[in-house]
Amino acid sequence: MLPSIPAPRFVTFAYRAYVALFFVYLAVPLVVVAVFAFNDSLYPSLPWKGFTLDWFFGASAPKIGLFHDRAILRGLVNSLLVAFATTAASVLVGTTTAFLFERYDFRFKGLCYMLMLAPLVIPGVILGISILAFSSQIANAADDAFGIELNALRPGLLLVALGQFSFIATIATLVISSRLRKFDRSLEEAALNLGASPFMAIVTVTLPYLAPALIGSALVAFLMSFENFNTTLMLVGSDAPLTITMFDRMKQGSTPVLNAVSVFLMLGSALLGLVSVMAQRGGRGAAE
Amino acid sequence: MANDLECRALVKSYGAFTAVSGVSLAVPKGSFFSILGPSGCGKTSLMRMIAGFIEPTAGEILIGGRSMRGVPPNRRPANMVFQHLALFPMMNVADNIGYGLRRRGMAKAEIARRVGAVLERIDLADSGPKRIDQLSGGQKQRVAIARCMVLEPTVLLLDEPLGALDLKLREHMKVELKQLQHQFGTTFVYITHDQSEALVMSDQVAVMNAGRFEQVGTPEDLYYRPATPFVAGFVGDSHRWGARITAQAGSDLRVETSTGLALRASAVVPLAEGAASSVFVRPEAIEVRVADGRPDPAPALADVNVFAGRLESLLFNGANSRAMIRLARGDLIGAVLPQNLLGTRLGEGAAVEIRFAAAATLAFPAGGDALGGDAP
Amino acid sequence: MNAPLNPAASGASAPREEGAAARRLSFILVFAPFALWIALVILVPQLNLFFLSLREKVGPQVYVLGPRNYTELFGESVYVLTLVRTVVMSLLATFATLIIGFPIAYYIAKIARGRARTLLFMSCLLPFWVSELVRVFGWMLILRETGLLSRLLQGLGLVDGPVELLYNDVAVMVGLIYTSMLFMVVPLVSTLDSLDDALVEAGYDLGGNGLVVLWEIVIPHAKPGIVAGAIIVFMLNLGNYLTPTLLGGKNSQWFTAQIYSQFITRFNWESGSAFGFVLLVTSSLIVWLALRASGQTLSGTIGKG
Repeated sequence: MLPSIPAPRFVTFAYRAYVALFFVYLAVPLVVVAVFAFNDSLYPSLPWKGFTLDWFFGASAPKIGLFHDRAILRGLVNSLLVAFATTAASVLVGTTTAFLFERYDFRFKGLCYMLMLAPLVIPGVILGISILAFSSQIANAADDAFGIELNALRPGLLLVALGQFSFIATIATLVISSRLRKFDRSLEEAALNLGASPFMAIVTVTLPYLAPALIGSALVAFLMSFENFNTTLMLVGSDAPLTITMFDRMKQGSTPVLNAVSVFLMLGSALLGLVSVMAQRGGRGAAE
Repeated sequence: MANDLECRALVKSYGAFTAVSGVSLAVPKGSFFSILGPSGCGKTSLMRMIAGFIEPTAGEILIGGRSMRGVPPNRRPANMVFQHLALFPMMNVADNIGYGLRRRGMAKAEIARRVGAVLERIDLADSGPKRIDQLSGGQKQRVAIARCMVLEPTVLLLDEPLGALDLKLREHMKVELKQLQHQFGTTFVYITHDQSEALVMSDQVAVMNAGRFEQVGTPEDLYYRPATPFVAGFVGDSHRWGARITAQAGSDLRVETSTGLALRASAVVPLAEGAASSVFVRPEAIEVRVADGRPDPAPALADVNVFAGRLESLLFNGANSRAMIRLARGDLIGAVLPQNLLGTRLGEGAAVEIRFAAAATLAFPAGGDALGGDAP
Repeated sequence: MNAPLNPAASGASAPREEGAAARRLSFILVFAPFALWIALVILVPQLNLFFLSLREKVGPQVYVLGPRNYTELFGESVYVLTLVRTVVMSLLATFATLIIGFPIAYYIAKIARGRARTLLFMSCLLPFWVSELVRVFGWMLILRETGLLSRLLQGLGLVDGPVELLYNDVAVMVGLIYTSMLFMVVPLVSTLDSLDDALVEAGYDLGGNGLVVLWEIVIPHAKPGIVAGAIIVFMLNLGNYLTPTLLGGKNSQWFTAQIYSQFITRFNWESGSAFGFVLLVTSSLIVWLALRASGQTLSGTIGKG
């Protein structure tokens, strides 16, 4: 089936209807979540009791809005902290690893490449428990042997960031590698030829060329970190990121403040999406 | 005159394969030197050694009289115009040209002044803020050259920079490159597989084959006085026979071709009787006459080869039109179609006579030529 | 592992000895972060996990090596059933995602044109810019007893009272399919996009009908995308915790929930590690079988990014 090949009318119609239905299926849960953020009711469900912004700005019980809900705000800050750390580490390591696999030949390169991909094949829960077990054992050993309390290795934000980094770095590596592969090496040679040191050639020519991929992978890393649940759940300590805070509330049943948080996250994602589209557009000029 | 570039017995081998074997060259200051050869002849390796991207296995490179041993590419006084130009797509024209100056840590104002000056010289005075992809092919070419020239290099290396251009623009750029070289007065070293680029622009051309220089000389030398069968076959068009020397007196030879023609020829290097030989004659050295039974206005001299044949086909190509003539022995020979025959409707199959002087019939020892040997 | 076999092989720069040294140094600089990452957060923790799973507790702080954690797991039918159930449901969900997503991917890649195409593709990605948690939350609001669907059914007079549509297998499937759709559609679109229209046209031209062309031309061409999508989706399903827990409720019996309860609730790391390892091996085995059966490689499907 192609536009150039005539098909019976009802087939074309049914196909279009299916596609339309699919997009409704994609949209409905999000629309539902968003709409109930503005319902002036204590529960995110029908009936509709009128429009309100209390679930964003409400300051008094029972209608405590998102901007006055301490637990949620703390979760948000924690999530941001973790996401920034994870993004920075992932893009940094992703860049060096992309150079490693695109620019160097070394023994066991194939094996190393498989190991680099492995974090995508290991379920997130298992990444989480393995890091939890390993770091806790180190902390226990340090405690037993030297009486040192290594709090950083106990469940908490650092471990959460480490757990997320373990697989987000793979994604960053793949994104950056695919652009580095398209880079014309003669540009670097030209830079050397014009008097740049090898280091300056990379800084002035290769990295600017990679910029769209660096920005793109940073956005993806940030988003994946912010959204992550499975790995985070295993490593979380007393300071919970937003997804964990929301999960706990969701299990108990909550006021529409959760819907408000969701709307807030959607807006944040949309903003990131906009940035990424602009970065891509900016990069297109440099790509060709 | 001082030499801006000198290579002494340069060798580059990759394992058992020798890409460049014992090349020596000397390029005088301010000249246009070309290295001409088929792909895989080692010219790219040679150029990359001069630029410093690969390390010679043996031998020495001197630029401006200074040995380049241990000098990394970024510290060599030689700049390079890359095959695909390698203009930085993320920078505008002015930033591309100023790149090398910035690396030298020059003051911003001075960089702007020099970039402006060089842009003026290449007729792109207003194009500084343009993006690279807004330039035409010819403009990109000029920017790539300007990006190097602004650094005032001792030697400018050009790696087949016209290869990506279409035919018309390439013809135009040949002239322009030559003019730019005059204008800057810098030593140009140009590598190409295109003989017309090399012949048109160069003061000196080195013909390279299988890692060695076959001949170094002026374009005229190469064309009229090829030193090796490779050069005779590679530079310009030729008809080639495998042959055996039947008689020899000084450089005057009589040979018999593998197709059974008896020719008079001139030896380029001493050849003994009985030796196997490759014999070349250029299409424009062959005179075609309609064999109409009338007496020959200029009777054949003793040192001219004359053969009867039939016109097999006419390949019209303006001034380069060819007559393909089949001789009785089966040889198919291309000759430049004479002007007096161009307009006439000379029928295919018409009886013709061809003549070419013994002096234009060059005999080399057999083998080692550009067309691959099928010598008898 | 850390010595460049042929330091000059892909070298752009730096001739001679000092160049080789610089190149070696730069290699070490880019190898070190990779090595630290893979060793410290992947390789060693995984090996440690394996070691933990082979540890048997015989007294307070006293352990011996042995397979007891595994024999316990496989001896308890609840655990085995949970594993089988998780695998089967994950496979079913993967298959359903493929069946639902393929026509969409084909529509985007081959039928939609220009702006519509970009728009459709972007709206396909859009839901996934939002946290999985929010997506699942949306389904909870729709499916639960007081939810939209229950109200709708009541309004239409199809049911008498509120109906609980949450906390069953169908709800879990709906959630899984929804959550992993993107990872099926994107690889499918990119492989279908590379299918030359002329091949499809030739298929019709030579007398094939829609089904024949689909089966003999489109699907074989899309195979790498299908395999890549299916592997990613399957692994995401198998390793999912959030969706089965929230949509399936207490009796969702997802294997990851077992791992969580062993590890976090019961604090029985030895047994939890064994559970984790069984899940890892199961998932790797099924992925390996899928690759084997389809003649693809891991780096060829997922590694392409």
